[in-house]
Amino acid sequence: MIAALIIVFREVFEAGLIVGIVLAVTRTVPHRNQWIAGGVLAGVLAACVVAAFAGVLSNLFAGMGQEVFNAAILTLAVVMLTWHNVWMARHGKELAGELWAAGKAVVEGSKSLLALAIVVGVAVLREGSEVVLFLYGVLAGGSDSGLSVALGGLAGLILGALVCMLTYFGLVKIPTRALFATTTILIALLAAGMAAQAAAFLEKANWLTALDNVLWDSGWLLSDSSLPGKALHTLIGYTDQPTAMQLAVYVAVLATTFILMRLYGAPPKAAAPAPAE
Amino acid sequence: MSLSRLLPKLTMFAAIALVSMAVTGTASAQSATEIQLSYKDKKFDPAEISAPANTPIVIKLKNLDGKAMEFESKTLKVEKVVAGSTDATINVRAQKPGRYEFFDEYNEKVARGALVVK
Repeated sequence: MIAALIIVFREVFEAGLIVGIVLAVTRTVPHRNQWIAGGVLAGVLAACVVAAFAGVLSNLFAGMGQEVFNAAILTLAVVMLTWHNVWMARHGKELAGELWAAGKAVVEGSKSLLALAIVVGVAVLREGSEVVLFLYGVLAGGSDSGLSVALGGLAGLILGALVCMLTYFGLVKIPTRALFATTTILIALLAAGMAAQAAAFLEKANWLTALDNVLWDSGWLLSDSSLPGKALHTLIGYTDQPTAMQLAVYVAVLATTFILMRLYGAPPKAAAPAPAE
Repeated sequence: MSLSRLLPKLTMFAAIALVSMAVTGTASAQSATEIQLSYKDKKFDPAEISAPANTPIVIKLKNLDGKAMEFESKTLKVEKVVAGSTDATINVRAQKPGRYEFFDEYNEKVARGALVVK
């Protein structure tokens, strides 16, 4: 039971962090609960489909289907997160102010919610398919430990939801003014980290072989498989053995977000808060 | 004023430089060591595999069990789900000499093996 709890918790931990952040980011947006719940539900359904076709997926791209698929959905999430940040740079003021009541803003707002719902869906899908495969394997095994594993899995899920709530309540404690800047930076780092992870998957698939030298090994200081290391891995993309390519992609995404926010952000007088470098 | 105008441009140049570095970087084409490995009843066979140092390694894993397993190694930075009764290819980058443990994440305590790089 404990083993099942640990496995399930390890998988839902990352999704919990991401959902918590998205909930905090959208806390003032009307109808946000439906969108995010929809994202989670779509993620769970997609996870079941991916788990059911795990063998088929794996065999695509000369046995590298999983890696390529992961890289693709991570890239989708990166685009959505970046788009959200750029959108917020332009419309953040309206969201907070009376303009929000205007019909146009509501329509625009649902675009941003769709982007974040996709991010949530991707996070749940990535971690969820492994949980589904694990639980299915145990239950199909027909062993008498089935019930205890199911209970362990359920406890793991509840702990994951707890991580989500802690993240959310931690973030909304921040005063509204500072919250916008904080979540902008959080989302930019989240996107950069996901992009670096996508690069890592493409490296594993041998699709990306340039700059594959490992820059440093900080595993002695903080292993990225420890719980704090895993949290940092999700939040800012921490890896204890990054390749030059992963770092390059990371910096490129941060720079792109910054530039796009400047180019398409609020008009000069509104002076959108710039992310700290 | 001028700094705030210059900054995005500088960032842009940095980004372009990094991306072009990434694109032009040359791949070192080393021949990989291929290792056959099978998995059944929570056991890897062989339980210990070896490979030469500083060359990429390709592990061909046959999951002979009817259910899925997840091949994982923290030190090798590998995590791969292998569906029941299927084969998987796992690419491992060139490693320094040492002993690298791997396991089935779904049965971490018992289903373990190691790659010895010499």
